Amino acid sequence: MAVNDTLEGTSKIIQEAREQQQNSGMVPTLNDFSQELTTLNLGPTHPATHGIFQNILQMDGERIISGVPTIGYIHRAFEKIAERRPFYQITPLTDRMNYCSSPINNMGWHMTVEKLLGVTVPKRAQYMRVIAMELARITDHLICNSILGVDTGAFTGFLYVFQEREKVYEIYEEICGARLTTNMGRVGGMERDFSDVAIQKLRDWLKTFPAVMKEFESMFNRNRIFMDRVVNVGPITAEKALNYGFTGPNLRAAGVDYDVRAMNPYSSYEDFEFEIPVGTKGDTYDRFMVRNEEIWQSLRIINQALENLPEGPYHADAPHYYLPPKQAVYKNMEALIYHFKIIMGEIEAPVGEVYHSVEGGNGELGFYLISDGGRTPYRLHFRRPCFIYYQAYPEMVVGSSLSDAIVTLSSMNVIAGELDA
Amino acid sequence: MAEHTEESAAAQEGAAIQDPATAKNAQLLALLQRLFGADTFTDVEEPYGLLTVTTTRERIHEIIAGLQQDQELQLHFLTTMCGIHYPEQEGKELGMIYHLHSLVNNIRLRIKIFFPIADPVVPTLTDLYATANWMEREAYDFFGIIFTGHPNLIRILNVEDMDYHPMRREYALEDGTREDKTDLFFGR
Repeated sequence: MAVNDTLEGTSKIIQEAREQQQNSGMVPTLNDFSQELTTLNLGPTHPATHGIFQNILQMDGERIISGVPTIGYIHRAFEKIAERRPFYQITPLTDRMNYCSSPINNMGWHMTVEKLLGVTVPKRAQYMRVIAMELARITDHLICNSILGVDTGAFTGFLYVFQEREKVYEIYEEICGARLTTNMGRVGGMERDFSDVAIQKLRDWLKTFPAVMKEFESMFNRNRIFMDRVVNVGPITAEKALNYGFTGPNLRAAGVDYDVRAMNPYSSYEDFEFEIPVGTKGDTYDRFMVRNEEIWQSLRIINQALENLPEGPYHADAPHYYLPPKQAVYKNMEALIYHFKIIMGEIEAPVGEVYHSVEGGNGELGFYLISDGGRTPYRLHFRRPCFIYYQAYPEMVVGSSLSDAIVTLSSMNVIAGELDA
Repeated sequence: MAEHTEESAAAQEGAAIQDPATAKNAQLLALLQRLFGADTFTDVEEPYGLLTVTTTRERIHEIIAGLQQDQELQLHFLTTMCGIHYPEQEGKELGMIYHLHSLVNNIRLRIKIFFPIADPVVPTLTDLYATANWMEREAYDFFGIIFTGHPNLIRILNVEDMDYHPMRREYALEDGTREDKTDLFFGR
């Protein structure tokens, strides 16, 4: 009797609790599930984002309904720091923006300062810079494309081309002594001439690399599995891309043939023959193909620059701005004075403002420098291509699945260092 | 090789004499003044060949919209925009600098506006350029410039609970109270 009473009482309690829960909406019904959105944090430290940035995605099952990017995780206040540094000390800051193609950033910055100071760089130094910049472009594109392969599940291509990137880094080492954050060149030219070893390594690499690149392309370009993953994924129209301020391979994949090297040639790019590949749909496959073709065009430019490398000095005759050789500093009064003044940042910079842009690894990399004649820039603004085009990302992935969002992000070549400055 | 260098040097000199950039800029300025009125633009300069004009914040939106739609100029690419702070300019402490580019005609134009720091309100360009969204958030983040009509004007690179705008000139990069870094000659 007592047992039965207890059981009845218990079942009553359970029944009441269940009713209460359903009335308060705590127990979801089937109807609720179909309307429920899942909030998914893609990042900040997700291996597939290749950098520290977060996307808060609203998912309806597999479909992305909306995305909110959060950036700034590695913001290092470069623009503010640059206001307290002499011009030559800003070069290491530029290294750390797009660290996949540091030489382009370095050269872009040197050219900006040279434009301000009115220094003309000799032809040999310009050609040397072109070689360094095109090597950087190749490594930048190699990383982007091979990582895209990794994100689609093809690891092999990545390993093949990373060996080649390593060889390019060895060439950097011969040119400037550093590998990743190169701090290459100086205001007024290069810091030293190409050594025989550098030229030899470059020639060897130019011989071996095309075969590897061909192998890489034959692995991906018409691969059915790869194409199924990337064709029509994350497309953007040319109009939208322009409105979003796209530049570089991402804009060209959408069909706009804007390339700073061709439109506003700098550092003697007008001397070289190269083509600007364009895509049609601006999807992930187009971006991949445009980058691959640009690697071939960069190789063409390097070959032309190396074959026609002019004789002559590798830096401008500008003692006010270009450091004298160290030996001279010990023996020669003028050299010591110039050395001291340059190192202490006491060079005479004119008052003025200059905007200079170069074709970076992922778009138009611009430097807007305002000088008030002091030892440091009054204001330095970097036009960072990543920062500008990454805001289109939510629009490009809405409606696609999570796996498509990952390959889209990968193919946009967003470099966290440049994004956050 | 030496011959080649001389030739190109000669070519560069020839280009300097004709100076197509100056002619192009004069043409561009004439067009701008025809479109928007002769007294709209003040402080016309050409630093390093890039036409720079200053206008007012009341007209900036209309001008950039007009340039975007103009079929002749086709200045329809907003390259970049950034804020600037001149503390000593009374009543015009803060500024915005816009860089426009025509990818068809390869013309660049720089437009500046200045306004008082006590009233840092500027119309947004997000209705014209999608790319203006983050650029304006950056200018808000670092200079505290308010863009009216911006859909999501919050900080972008700095932490949300920061209570100042760090690129303004009054904020020193280093701790102002430190004495170990004082240098009589180089002013650190």
